[in-house]
Amino acid sequence: MARKRQAIRDHSAEANLFARRAVVSLLIVIAMLGIVVSNLYVLQVEKHDAYQTRSNGNRIKVLPIAPNRGLIYDRNGILLAENRPVFSLEIIPEEVDDLEATLDSLTTLMGITPEERENFQKTYRGQRRFKPITLRTQLSEQEVALFSAQQHHYDGVSVEARLSRYYPYGETLTHVLGYVAKINKKDLQKLVEAGQEANYAATYDIGKLGVEKYHEEELHGQVGYQQVEVNSQGRIIRTLSIDPPVPGKDIVLNIDLALQLAAKKSLNGQRGTVVVSSPQTGGVLAMYSSPSYDPNLFVHGISSKNYSALLNSPDRPLINRATQGQYPPASTIKPLLGLVGLEDGVITPKTTINDTGRYRLPNVKHVWRDWKKWGHGKVNVVRAVMQSCDTFYYDLAYKLGIDRISESMSEFGFGEYTGVDLYEESDANMPSRGWKRARFNQPWYIGDTIPVGIGQSYWTATPIQLNQAINTLINHGERYVPQIIMGFMGDQGEVIEEPLKTWRPIAVKEKKNWDLMLDAMHKVNHDEEGTGRRSFSDAPYQSGGKSGTAQLFSVAQNESYKEEEVSEHLRDNAMYVAFAPFEQPEVSVAVVVENAGGGSSNAAPVARQVIDFFFRERDFMDPDYVPPEQQGQEVGQ
Amino acid sequence: MKRTQLKQNQSTLLERIHIDGWLLIGLLVLMVVGLYTLYSASGQDMGQMERQFTRLGIAMGVMFVMAQVPPMAYRRLSTYAYIAGLLMLIAVLLFGDVGKGAQRWLDLKFVRFQPSELMKLAVPMMVAWYISKFTLPPKLMQIGIGFALVIVPTILIAKQPDLGTSLLIASSGIFAIFLAGMSWKLIGFVAALAGGFTPIMWFFLMQDYQKQRVTTFLNPESDPLGSGYHIIQSQIAIGSGGLEGKGWLQGTQSQLEFLPERHTDFIFAVFSEEFGLVGVLALLAIYLFIIIRGLIIANRAQDAYSKLLAGSITLTFFVYVFVNMGMVSGLLPVVGVPLPLVSFGGTSMVTLMAGFGILMAIGTQKRFLSR
Repeated sequence: MARKRQAIRDHSAEANLFARRAVVSLLIVIAMLGIVVSNLYVLQVEKHDAYQTRSNGNRIKVLPIAPNRGLIYDRNGILLAENRPVFSLEIIPEEVDDLEATLDSLTTLMGITPEERENFQKTYRGQRRFKPITLRTQLSEQEVALFSAQQHHYDGVSVEARLSRYYPYGETLTHVLGYVAKINKKDLQKLVEAGQEANYAATYDIGKLGVEKYHEEELHGQVGYQQVEVNSQGRIIRTLSIDPPVPGKDIVLNIDLALQLAAKKSLNGQRGTVVVSSPQTGGVLAMYSSPSYDPNLFVHGISSKNYSALLNSPDRPLINRATQGQYPPASTIKPLLGLVGLEDGVITPKTTINDTGRYRLPNVKHVWRDWKKWGHGKVNVVRAVMQSCDTFYYDLAYKLGIDRISESMSEFGFGEYTGVDLYEESDANMPSRGWKRARFNQPWYIGDTIPVGIGQSYWTATPIQLNQAINTLINHGERYVPQIIMGFMGDQGEVIEEPLKTWRPIAVKEKKNWDLMLDAMHKVNHDEEGTGRRSFSDAPYQSGGKSGTAQLFSVAQNESYKEEEVSEHLRDNAMYVAFAPFEQPEVSVAVVVENAGGGSSNAAPVARQVIDFFFRERDFMDPDYVPPEQQGQEVGQ
Repeated sequence: MKRTQLKQNQSTLLERIHIDGWLLIGLLVLMVVGLYTLYSASGQDMGQMERQFTRLGIAMGVMFVMAQVPPMAYRRLSTYAYIAGLLMLIAVLLFGDVGKGAQRWLDLKFVRFQPSELMKLAVPMMVAWYISKFTLPPKLMQIGIGFALVIVPTILIAKQPDLGTSLLIASSGIFAIFLAGMSWKLIGFVAALAGGFTPIMWFFLMQDYQKQRVTTFLNPESDPLGSGYHIIQSQIAIGSGGLEGKGWLQGTQSQLEFLPERHTDFIFAVFSEEFGLVGVLALLAIYLFIIIRGLIIANRAQDAYSKLLAGSITLTFFVYVFVNMGMVSGLLPVVGVPLPLVSFGGTSMVTLMAGFGILMAIGTQKRFLSR
């Protein structure tokens, strides 16, 4: 075809050549499209199921739903802890174009404080992506309305509502109910250890104290789940299915709110505590520790200023004095020690000593003095309880010896946890030889035993221990565990009561010994020589009681205690235990008023008021009766 | 005789305005499918729909204008267009605007312009002009010069860097040479040479981001949230579409925005998810129809220049389709090539339609040519 200088064009040959190449091209095109199609066949038909699964994995997220926390009622069905919707301003930073500008704008609109902004930034740094971060919580209705009107200017910012705990009676029940607060790292670690992590996946708050903490498991409930469709930004488009959460159980307490309020009022702002229980069940009817504080402060995160104020207050409001306060029980334990002396045969009802106001041991120089300088004269065990004679008990302690005292008082629960359904409990201290060796590496001296006879020395007890011990005496050795919770609310609003919990009873040798001591306590309140007569002799019911005045300050051997000369925090603690009605007791009370002075004059009136209130609706109560120590106030009001 | 007369009368209107009816039908059907798909892929964004509609209108206008120009005029223009394009490519490299991390634009004060788009047509025109000066099949020397004409702009565009366009331009030139009848022996030799050239390209010519695309292509699951994310989400979209698809506007991968660039380069994944393999086969049938019609026009063209240019334009159109579908479905590395007339985007669509305009000019303006 080709010539040396110029090829002569053969158009038909060229056309044929092109046509062949065009056909080859078309075949290649079809072959390559075949490759595309076969690849698509693999993707869309053969591997369809796998890709369908991955596609669903992209768009379907399973989100946990927090269960509603169980409510808490008092024994009469009054709501003590409820769930209220709380509105908070939340930001998803990834959905905001210019975070700083948005925050500036919100600062102008809502008056966001620098502290709130700082907290927000702090949370933001440690946060997972696309998780909302709270800028301000507990929005008022005005704030919600203010923001809602402007919401369209703020992408990624929203007002979210969730249920949050509220304690309508504030500080009245703090030490009983405790409170819930945000789950922190430590809580989370515990949940992980307990395998409860998944159950708390959507939960914000956890019980930190009191009943809220002790019954956390029942109150919390079981997490639910919802399947939602989300877009690539994680925003929920719609809900596909819901597996609803199981709400927590509603709890009914043994606590009687009205009685609790009366207990609070009876302390009249003094430091101290009142524990009221039913001797028949061990149920705790009231438990107030003063001073208290508002638990609602903690629910949404207490400010550091408020918290350090509570933490550093010399009045120590954070501790529950009823279960954590360790007080020398003082003379309140005299009926118990007297019982042990009688049961052991160390003394008889007729055993008497002659009290001159001074007690000495043979060959010991130290003199133990009675609170009554000149002594009570000739006293037996009943008089010793009634008049709170110290010398008789110095002698009884000497006769019993520390081992027997320690052993028998442990049986009454001293130095042991009562088992009350609160984690905030102290076992206080019942001293013994072993304890002193372990604690001080010192032997027990006979001189240590003598003040134990009047509930002093190393002996400390919590008011709930004291109350439990008196209940044991009332019940002739039957021992109940103090229970704050009565049971759980059933579906029909009935109370499904928790079974009563008991400790091993104390063996009774002679029932009449127990009756004798109870009778002595009756005399304390109603005999004209009883130490509690001024508070109880005019009561419209018969009762038992025992005063105690705990010395916190050692007076030198040759001096006497003068209240006005001792700084307030070292003044005597006033204590009183009481129960009523004397036959078939329904209520028993332990009162401590810190640094108030003598028990019979400062704690007994508190016990009387509380018991009077307990019987407020009984026939025998005179509706016009006003306790003497309140008369002045009533007039004043 | 009478029948022929009748047929000529029937086609008078379209012929008079130099429009190829079959090609027009194919393109219109494709555009309608494209608009439907874009409506879904853009998340029912009417603003985008309007802009795409406007562009399609402009592109149709350009096609119409281009169809009026006699093929001989294109032939005469070939060298000027090529030289002007080459100069502008150099100008872009020297002082072009940077857009999306690549220098592609030339700012001519009154309009911003991508010289590489001009080259998409200028390169096949130039190669066709050069090869058709001689008798077919071309000799070794002519093939060598033809390749040189292709490689220079290809490298200049690859330098911008724009791998997709350089690939399209290289293929358009090579198709012209292939269709001219380059011997199969030589084809084998060149293929071997290209194989040897690959490592040089990898080490000296490709940018890091281009290399990453290739490694990601080889193993997308190695970085599922980073560079592999596009292709994994795209494959999930296609695969979950199955045989019949999830239905129009029902594709979860696209509607819930898991699929990136869903209305531009990855729109095929949206189509596959919502219409399934059945829909894809229908779409491919439309493309194949256009390609066959293009090849028929090329085959019927009366001079070598027209044949080579028409064939090259048609096969380059196929390269768009193949590369786009290949990259979206994981057959090929991700290079920026749109799905022709379906993807959202302006310049490449206008160039494509200009090419179809030339194709129609070739197909309808035969009578001025003597055999």
